[in-house]
Amino acid sequence: MRIQVNVNGEPREANVEPRLLLVHFIRDTLGLTGTHWACDTSNCGACTVHLDGEPVKSCTVLAVRANGHDVTTIEGVYSGTELSLVQQGFREEHGLQCGFCTPGMIMTATALLERTPRPTEDEIREAISGNLCRCTGYQSIIKAIEWAAKQGAPTQVEVMP
Amino acid sequence: MQVPAQFDYEVAGSVDEAISLLQQHGPESRLLAGGHSLIPMMKLRLAFPEVLIDIHELDGELRYVREEGGALRVGALARHRDLLESPVVQGRYTLLADAEKFIADPLVRNMGTVGGSFAQADPSEDLPAAFIALGADVVIRGPQGERTVAVEDLYVGPFETVMEPDEILLETRVPRAPDGSAYIKVERRAGDYASAAVGVAVWMSGEEIEEARIGMCGVGPTTLEAREAGEVLNGQRPHAELYRRAGEAASQECDPSDDARGTPEYKRDLVRVLVGRAMERAVGRARDTGSPSAAGR
Repeated sequence: MRIQVNVNGEPREANVEPRLLLVHFIRDTLGLTGTHWACDTSNCGACTVHLDGEPVKSCTVLAVRANGHDVTTIEGVYSGTELSLVQQGFREEHGLQCGFCTPGMIMTATALLERTPRPTEDEIREAISGNLCRCTGYQSIIKAIEWAAKQGAPTQVEVMP
Repeated sequence: MQVPAQFDYEVAGSVDEAISLLQQHGPESRLLAGGHSLIPMMKLRLAFPEVLIDIHELDGELRYVREEGGALRVGALARHRDLLESPVVQGRYTLLADAEKFIADPLVRNMGTVGGSFAQADPSEDLPAAFIALGADVVIRGPQGERTVAVEDLYVGPFETVMEPDEILLETRVPRAPDGSAYIKVERRAGDYASAAVGVAVWMSGEEIEEARIGMCGVGPTTLEAREAGEVLNGQRPHAELYRRAGEAASQECDPSDDARGTPEYKRDLVRVLVGRAMERAVGRARDTGSPSAAGR
């Protein structure tokens, strides 16, 4: 089936099987490997991307479902020259160790700050409860998101030129 | 890598088109809403529909949470998040917000739909138990027209409803708001299905419980109503001994199986305790908000 998906602001077309999952469309068809693929059971959140602005687990969404819709991946968060505030926060506060969960965490955190620019610690913990991290114990991730929130808006995803 | 078996894919542009596509493709076709139960089952090859009819473009028709003429109406494509964040739900149908906080995680709640959690008919699904407590109905439409089914009558077995293969679930309706309600779930890890969960709704008449309704999930082949436990409570003044008797009744009405989430004895014991706790919380909430019927006495 022919689909067109607006990925990081750019229309991308491909012929896909209906059973292709969005995570594999992003990684294998488009070659955007910043989105990670791990548990395959909608538990871990490593595959989190934005679908029409909302964070979702792309291992549990069909690529054909995104036909005609907007998808933003971790590649779309980086402007090409500058890290987003959330990315900077993860650097400043050591919000990662192995880095595997980081793209998903950043997509979830970015969506949180767009909606709730000054979240409480509880709101941050709730927001990232669908993203698992086995290294940090979450404390430094929470600090990273708080750091980004303190720098204030704008936190919106920048689209690559 | 988990990959679903091959299927054909259609996108419905309206409810009527979804029904005619279901008719056209027959019983091996399935509606796809949020997909967060169906797609995992397809990946595990526990489900292998030949045709998926995607209804996500029907948000305009089916995505809403609103109160109309004293009744709560929730469209089938309302996301879990819509229900959780609805001020009407938080104010007057509190157990739905209680239940939503237990369902998976915020990312899943962005995609998963209320209609899907009914039609999936997983006996461990939280929302049907909560809506049974509220005395809710679901509205179903097929080629012959619309019909209304009480939630407790929707299920015939695990993953099986009374819906025909060419019918679509449109809406859930709660005819009258309770004075107080609560939903309590015991889960082995955050976001998991229930070892046992109990939802209760109470309508008060002064200091008396005019009516209490109890829904349970994870403790039987389908979502269950604890009818006899409700009978124990109806027309009584609330007190600890009454709750204990209701809990005993409910623990006899459920039919839990032995699995990784606990033994039948353990789950029955959970039901016994959770009924009392949920009743205490629901009646407490009814008193806090000063129910109109209580104020009238």
